[in-house]
Amino acid sequence: MGHALTSEQAADRTLFLQLDEHDHEAGGSTLLGFWIYLMSDCLIFAVLFATYGVLGGNYAAGPGPKDLFDLSLVALNTTMLLLSSMTYGFAMLSSYRKKVAATQVWLLITGLFGLAFLSIELYEFAHMIHEGATPQRSAFLSAFFTLVGTHGLHVTFGIVWLVTLMFQIGRHGLTKANARRLACLSLFWHFLDVIWIGVFTFVYLMGMLR
Amino acid sequence: MQHADSPVLDPIFGRLSLAALPLHEPIVVATFAAVAIGGIAMFAAVTRYQLWGYLWREWITTIDHKRIGIMYMILGIVMLLRGFADAVMMRLQQAMAFGGSEGYLNAHHYDQIFTAHGVIMIFFVAMPLVTGLMNYIVPLQIGARDVAFPFLNNFSFWMTTAGAILVMFSLFVGEFARTGWLAYPPLSGIQYSPDVGVDYYIWALQIAGVGTLLSGVNLLATIIKMRAPGMTLMKMPVFTWTSLCTNVLIVAAFPVLTAVLVLLSLDRYVGTNFFTNDFGGNPMMYVNLIWIWGHPEVYILILPLFGVYSEVTSTFCGKKLFGYSSMVYATVVITILSYIVWLHHFFTMGSGASVNSFFGITTMIISIPTGAKIFNWLFTMYRGRIRFELPMLWTVAFMLTFVIGGMTGVLLAVPPADFVLHNSLFLIAHFHNVIIGGVLFGLFAGINYWFPKAFGFKLDRFWGLVSFWFWVIGFWVAFTPLYVLGLMGVTRRLRYFEDPSLQIWFQIAAVGAGLIAIGIGAMLIQFYVSFRKRKELADTTGDPWDGRTLEWSTSSPPPAYNFAFTPIIHDGDAWWDMKQRGYQRPLGGFRAILMPANTGAGFVLAVLSTAFGFAMVWYMWWLAIASFIGIVGFTIYHTFNYQRDFHLTLDEVVRAEEERTRLLATVRS
Repeated sequence: MGHALTSEQAADRTLFLQLDEHDHEAGGSTLLGFWIYLMSDCLIFAVLFATYGVLGGNYAAGPGPKDLFDLSLVALNTTMLLLSSMTYGFAMLSSYRKKVAATQVWLLITGLFGLAFLSIELYEFAHMIHEGATPQRSAFLSAFFTLVGTHGLHVTFGIVWLVTLMFQIGRHGLTKANARRLACLSLFWHFLDVIWIGVFTFVYLMGMLR
Repeated sequence: MQHADSPVLDPIFGRLSLAALPLHEPIVVATFAAVAIGGIAMFAAVTRYQLWGYLWREWITTIDHKRIGIMYMILGIVMLLRGFADAVMMRLQQAMAFGGSEGYLNAHHYDQIFTAHGVIMIFFVAMPLVTGLMNYIVPLQIGARDVAFPFLNNFSFWMTTAGAILVMFSLFVGEFARTGWLAYPPLSGIQYSPDVGVDYYIWALQIAGVGTLLSGVNLLATIIKMRAPGMTLMKMPVFTWTSLCTNVLIVAAFPVLTAVLVLLSLDRYVGTNFFTNDFGGNPMMYVNLIWIWGHPEVYILILPLFGVYSEVTSTFCGKKLFGYSSMVYATVVITILSYIVWLHHFFTMGSGASVNSFFGITTMIISIPTGAKIFNWLFTMYRGRIRFELPMLWTVAFMLTFVIGGMTGVLLAVPPADFVLHNSLFLIAHFHNVIIGGVLFGLFAGINYWFPKAFGFKLDRFWGLVSFWFWVIGFWVAFTPLYVLGLMGVTRRLRYFEDPSLQIWFQIAAVGAGLIAIGIGAMLIQFYVSFRKRKELADTTGDPWDGRTLEWSTSSPPPAYNFAFTPIIHDGDAWWDMKQRGYQRPLGGFRAILMPANTGAGFVLAVLSTAFGFAMVWYMWWLAIASFIGIVGFTIYHTFNYQRDFHLTLDEVVRAEEERTRLLATVRS
């Protein structure tokens, strides 16, 4: 919000300037800006979900969800991602207590869970493609691979960011700038979890009911 | 499946070969020669006067929102010339190609021209001009020293420019899309458009889209977080309000464009089946999605100009804006409604009477808040002391022109009428009526209004009048015939006509285009003449129009830091309020100011992105991979830079303020 007036500033209608101003530190709007960006990213997923919703039943005489999805594998995968969100939360808690080493360890564990998630996803994709269920096979598969794959790309990007941030925390410690970056990545990471819950429900669970 | 595998894909150049140069098109070759000579002359001049260092330090790497705003405006005006050249070529072709004559453009070339005209005018003329105005004015109007993310601002600008450069490349290397400006599949799919045209289209829009989205995020955060103390939402200037709504629309609409273009790219590059006609694909999905972006887009363009008209009307009538809060609510209502009308662009899809009725009615409802705005402006003028300066003239012309365009829009909103008029020249006349009469006239009003703020001298009135009259009359001469032709059933994008009785209308339209050309020429002359007469036209007060909002409280041009002291706001027309109640400019007590530091990172990333886009267009996979790694690597490298601010020293602040004191003294004496 724009800075509120103090009551004396508001009362003095001839006071037009802040004469005793202090430096405004950079980064005051970063979290809001990043949040707005995330909402725009959310819309990209909205389009992909909508596309899946419209095209998801078009199997073109090819395999459908029941032929392809292995729910226990997806459940395992979901667990990996949810656990990574939890460990990221622990990293944030450690960072609030200014414990650099603990923060780094929790970030590392988060990254490993993220990698596990990606590996399982890639395994699933490879398996499907091996069975002939390629993205080109039908509109359903095009929409499936694109939606799930876009989420996977985001996780990949998140891991690259996480590693970069670990370097930066290692070098500069938990400075204000780094705390801000940690908070942004936190938003990003949990956001990906929320999207995944949508994917899990909408694509996998409901796909099995089709 | 239809994969784009070319049998001989050169490992270095991909599918680029000498055959891609349009040497067989004399028009293009002549254009290229002219551009090349101009480019070399400019390069030589910059080198001769040793301006490279200056350009790099003061402009290319700048994070000053004012300079970035000016660069956006220059980009928009340069691209306007290109887009208008396309328009003239179309008008000539259509005026000539009757009976035995095939005109002078072959179909291959003509189809590229109408596509390029639309794409350029929307993405690289209207968008940069609108963004430029917002960039320049919004921080000044809210009493801020810069935008929330100054580096991002520079990056956004260069990404927009990178997109424009890709489009310009397509003129001389390969070809542009031949699909119309929204590239509907299946025509834009790999099967029917196997060449590079659609790929140029995709990558130009994707790269520029990154810039647009980020500048939307940036301005949104700026308006929400950086308003001066006391400026509550309902005390924001109307232009800032409309900018706020526009940026909400940008952030909420452009991701849809990004996503839908990604899907089209996947169809083209990987062979997926989103919008194909087989394997379960559905082309209408594309049409729906692109208009879910496309309709808000037209409001992204017009809303800021509604803000400009509001500022101009209230300034030049010497009154507070009539119905400020209704203006704000009308803007917000339009923002929301713009999302639930997209289907009116394709009533003929066959979605049935109930769906069409819904979208027809929502479309008609939009005319209510818009009409409210028109009445607000009229009532502001009523019993005002109107000064018919150039910005006010453009505003009056807008009101007269836009109302007609709005009414033909409501006509098209009636689904049965649309079944007849769909895809006709009536539609073309309608949207040019609102885009030229609304967006462009508003931009000209804004440019004439804020030019003295940005450069310290007013624009010449005589040449401004010439430009004004030729534009306004030219517009009506050019587009009234299209309304007539549209009602007769003539469809858009035709290169040749059988019926000779239609020719006269196209000839009249061509004359109109000629008049507009004079209008554009007069505007360029206006810039030149004003620059020559800058001493005479100088604005030493910083407030040449007796303005009402905060930007007029600074010097013209404002110092890099905008405000030596952050203003405190008590009233909606903050500067007017300050003037009324005896504001005295402080002559001392200045202090050093923390400012963001310049950086070349945005420029470097945009150059890499241009290379990436070009590589993707031509299947130069090695370059695509290399430039992509470059983008990621450089971004990471950039995040290791923690020193992004510096203190503008007290000396510099004092010097700038003393210069202002001296200038103000020359006015009083």
